[in-house]
Amino acid sequence: MNKKQLVNQKTIPYVLIAPIVIIFTVFMVYPILRSLYLSFFELVSGSYEFVGFKNYAALFKDKTFYKSLFNTFIFLIVQVPIMIGGALLIAVAIEQKFIRGKAFFRTTIFLPSVTALVAYALVFKVLLNGDHGLVNYVIELFGGKGVNWFYEEWPARFAIIISITWRWLGYNMIILLAGIQAIPGDLMEAADIDGATFWDKLFHITIPMVKPIILFCTITSTIGTLQLFDEPYILTAGGPNYATITMGQYLYDNGFRYLKFGYASAIGYVMTIIIGLLSVFQFKATKEEN
Amino acid sequence: MQRLGKGFCYVVLVIGAFLSLFPFYFMFVSGTNTNNQILSVPPKLTPGSELFDNFSILAGKVDLVTSIWNTLFVSVVYTVLALLLFSAAGYALAKFQFKGKGIIFGFIMGSMMIPTLVMYVPLFEMMIAIDMTDSHWAVILPLLANAFGIFLMRQNMLNFPTALMEAGRIDGVSELGIFFRIVLPNIKPALGALVIYMFTSMWNNFMWPLIILGSEEKYTLPIALAMLDGNPTNKDYAVILLATAVATLPILIIFLVFQKQFVAGVMGGAVKE
Repeated sequence: MNKKQLVNQKTIPYVLIAPIVIIFTVFMVYPILRSLYLSFFELVSGSYEFVGFKNYAALFKDKTFYKSLFNTFIFLIVQVPIMIGGALLIAVAIEQKFIRGKAFFRTTIFLPSVTALVAYALVFKVLLNGDHGLVNYVIELFGGKGVNWFYEEWPARFAIIISITWRWLGYNMIILLAGIQAIPGDLMEAADIDGATFWDKLFHITIPMVKPIILFCTITSTIGTLQLFDEPYILTAGGPNYATITMGQYLYDNGFRYLKFGYASAIGYVMTIIIGLLSVFQFKATKEEN
Repeated sequence: MQRLGKGFCYVVLVIGAFLSLFPFYFMFVSGTNTNNQILSVPPKLTPGSELFDNFSILAGKVDLVTSIWNTLFVSVVYTVLALLLFSAAGYALAKFQFKGKGIIFGFIMGSMMIPTLVMYVPLFEMMIAIDMTDSHWAVILPLLANAFGIFLMRQNMLNFPTALMEAGRIDGVSELGIFFRIVLPNIKPALGALVIYMFTSMWNNFMWPLIILGSEEKYTLPIALAMLDGNPTNKDYAVILLATAVATLPILIIFLVFQKQFVAGVMGGAVKE
């Protein structure tokens, strides 16, 4: 049999998709199931012991877990709206006809989102330094009081919120820009003829038209924020007193520092359920409004 | 009112651009100053002459060349494999009907909703079992289960003219030949977007390499940076910021050269060339 018969129009799709199916089975399907399985076990002196729902029960009594849940939700509720709102504002501004240097603004504002999370987090760690940081210097210059960014509960949270917003705003701005560019031009022209102001057009045309893209950005940002790890790890190491510990970092600590695989898996599954529920909720919320 | 909108837009954009650029400037300029100058109030914000001294201190603390080489190795291998496998899968999903297609595509899309972190414990366990911890392949292979890349390829192949494929078949080109010699050369912009997306995501990746890599000679740049910062003795911010600048510069250059592909990669299926 020659090669041509083996790989023909009927078999080629299987040949093309097979490697990906194998990779997804080994590195995605198996880990997802194994993780569920592990969440009912405990590693006792090198071997797994079945413990039923003990990990989950312990999780619901674990104060640090609640703290990580609370922090993650603070990041979500405060940071995602600020970021998406800012991204939308900048995208709308760039798309105004009269703006010159569109490419310059687009490029510079997107620039932060190509940097490594670790690298930019280190830069912000220096900028936000409580005693010597430039940010505090500027605050004091304007008559404010320097903030002890990394050693107080709320400032530490805001340090992380400021950092993530810097890193991801441009990324969302580019996605929203694609949505705004897809709005038919005659819609805006008609509005102009009717004497609509900048704000009229923003609230009555642009925002309603890009709602699906806003939803997309919100969902992807939600998933990203719920998995937040790099920035708290570098900036605050979860401190002070667990004020900035995220679910991602708590999972990491349990799984890879204390090697509590079962407990870490249970955290992972609770995260999965939360992400699933939030996505469904966000979909529903946007649908009902329409 | 129209005037107000105009001024407002420029103010927003100028502030946005300044805030976006400033941390880069600070990072690059600090690499040329001393630790004391960075920690003075206000910090020195003009270029200094300490670049070479900082470099030699940095070289004494981390094996920068090895870290760069490691990062380059995992990023290039990952990108090449992703390019081949994702375009093949995307082509199959976009242009063919076959058994299990619905399930496979549905699963790939659904996997975007599952936090990657859930997978890390079993993957780590797996790598221990097959004695692959501290290996670059252990960093690369699991991350090939990336739904977004496959989705990006599929979206870009949906509109590929079936007539071109048919023409190839009539000319007696093999099916694999059609894929490699007709389809791939015709979707270069999409491949460019994928290359950029994959390369940067691996170059910047932190958590999974942190879990898997244990020895210093295997560290990628983000891990080397974190270790440099994590070492509390004689913390030298000039050296740390110089290291972050070194880690950031290659990606910045690639970004400025391949901007269009970057943007296309972010916009995903929304943009067609």
